[in-house]
Amino acid sequence: MAAPTQMQRELADYLSGQLDTELVEIGFVLDELVIRTHPQYILKVLTFLRDDSQCQFRCLVDLCGTDFPEREQRFDVVYNLLSVQQNNRIRVKVATDEATPVPSSTGVFPSAGWFEREAWDMYGVFFSDHPDLRRLLTDYGFEGHPLRKDFPLTGHVEVRYDDEQKRVVYEPVKLVQDFRSFDFLSPWEGARSLLPGDEKAEDQAEEGAS
Amino acid sequence: MAEAQIKPLTLNFGPQHPAAHGVLRLVLEMDGEIVERADPHIGLLHRGTEKLIEYKTYLQAVPYFDRLDYVAPMSQEHAYALAVEKLLGIEVPKRGQYIRVLYAEISRILNHLLNITTFAIDVGAMTPLLWGFEEREKLMEFYERACGARLHAAYFRPGGVAMDIPAGLLDDIMAWTETFPALMDDIESLLTENRIFKQRTVDIGIVSAEEAQALGFSGPCIRASGLPWDLRKSQPYDVYNELDFDIPIGKTGDCYARYLVRIREVRESLKLIRQCVEKMPDGPVKTEDRKVAPPSRGEMKHSMEALIHHFKLYTEGYHVPAGETYTAVEAPKGEFGVFLVSDGSNKPYRCKIRAPGFSFLSAMDFLSKGHMLADTVAIIGSLDIVFGEIDR
Repeated sequence: MAAPTQMQRELADYLSGQLDTELVEIGFVLDELVIRTHPQYILKVLTFLRDDSQCQFRCLVDLCGTDFPEREQRFDVVYNLLSVQQNNRIRVKVATDEATPVPSSTGVFPSAGWFEREAWDMYGVFFSDHPDLRRLLTDYGFEGHPLRKDFPLTGHVEVRYDDEQKRVVYEPVKLVQDFRSFDFLSPWEGARSLLPGDEKAEDQAEEGAS
Repeated sequence: MAEAQIKPLTLNFGPQHPAAHGVLRLVLEMDGEIVERADPHIGLLHRGTEKLIEYKTYLQAVPYFDRLDYVAPMSQEHAYALAVEKLLGIEVPKRGQYIRVLYAEISRILNHLLNITTFAIDVGAMTPLLWGFEEREKLMEFYERACGARLHAAYFRPGGVAMDIPAGLLDDIMAWTETFPALMDDIESLLTENRIFKQRTVDIGIVSAEEAQALGFSGPCIRASGLPWDLRKSQPYDVYNELDFDIPIGKTGDCYARYLVRIREVRESLKLIRQCVEKMPDGPVKTEDRKVAPPSRGEMKHSMEALIHHFKLYTEGYHVPAGETYTAVEAPKGEFGVFLVSDGSNKPYRCKIRAPGFSFLSAMDFLSKGHMLADTVAIIGSLDIVFGEIDR
């Protein structure tokens, strides 16, 4: 199993001292350093990580959203930073929801511009003060945010060329065959299979227990 | 006569333009012949790969990675395989690692041959393309002999590679490495000191080392700016730390430097291929852990347990412990990363694909501002853009 190096441990200690008030959480996942902060501090944290002589994370390699619908703040914005000088990586996370904007980091890292546009497009995470927050990957006039967990895999509209109107038309998705989602999770350890009638047995068991 | 008002011209470059390297729609605001603003519109090749992967098991997700950067398919699988292996905590046998490095370097030559020669055709040199594609055909034959497919290989799997390479293949690869340098010399003799080629590329699209970092550059584009940064050296994976190779860097950070870096990298890759062939150890090519890698056909004929493993692997797949990782490899174009989040089930919870070309293209406005229209073509060519990975 991968374990963090001495250098990463020292950096973690250093960061927890320097960014005491800003950090919510600091720790290792496998051998990768992950820190979590609040949206209002994100620019301060990123600027510190970029400019501090012990960090020098001058390259924002990746920025993406993740969706956890069961959480109150369902989105995580994940920043993956790289330091060429220190040969080190760090991951910064910020939790947010549909309504709370995250300050745009384009002022700190110019490469964030498109990554934030993509996160807005795919998840609907709003970045405040972004100079040009348009959709990036989806179609012109697209509605919805496709990488959200509650967005169906098939989408909502499909396109075809209409020979009478001589143009491409958008229509609601019509599937000849339903999307086949196979559940191969093991019956011993994974999914609960409900047989018809079983729910009564469970209710009785619960009543008996209480 | 009244003073003529010259309106800034908005020019649509692409999406169907041979120099756009795919389906790039570039909206250029021109002042005469000078580009004032470049606004790339991407997404015309968006297939929702990341969404699809969330609905597939870990093994079923592998072929999607071939279809990202279809010029060097195996390099993308490499990143994904390493990410899943990291979450699973499994080791790949030495022979598997050597085969992966061998094919990753073949992919690098595949990619650079395409990029160097199409770049040349963008700025007016026709012949290198014809020569380069003949060699690419030979390399894709090596692909085919290892995995049965010329392009969409699905060869690097979490746990190793899909199957062992056939007998005699290594000798043929070795024989090819003897003949190939002559072709590189020929291509170089047509381009490197060519007056027209240099006029089109020198001092075009200059990026300094500082800017390259801020813009998220990686791979040949950051090395051309003078930063000796290569993940194969600095964060080695598989057996790169056992092999001897150099990292070529450029000085000027312009289109010509990016070209030179790629030319040198092809020769370094050739060195790596030779070493892999010479050092190729015997042994298994994928992990012996039957909960991850399927058993051999022969074993399934007499072992009930092997049969059960096979059935379970190809229906349910394997469960990956909950966790997350950002794993990157030095793909031919630059840092190709996979941010993989697992929730402990048999499907990835989230798989973000970090494509090097995405950062390059987002810097298009910065790079082409103040240049002539014809120079944007040279810049696009030198950045090495493939839309399969940018649009995902």
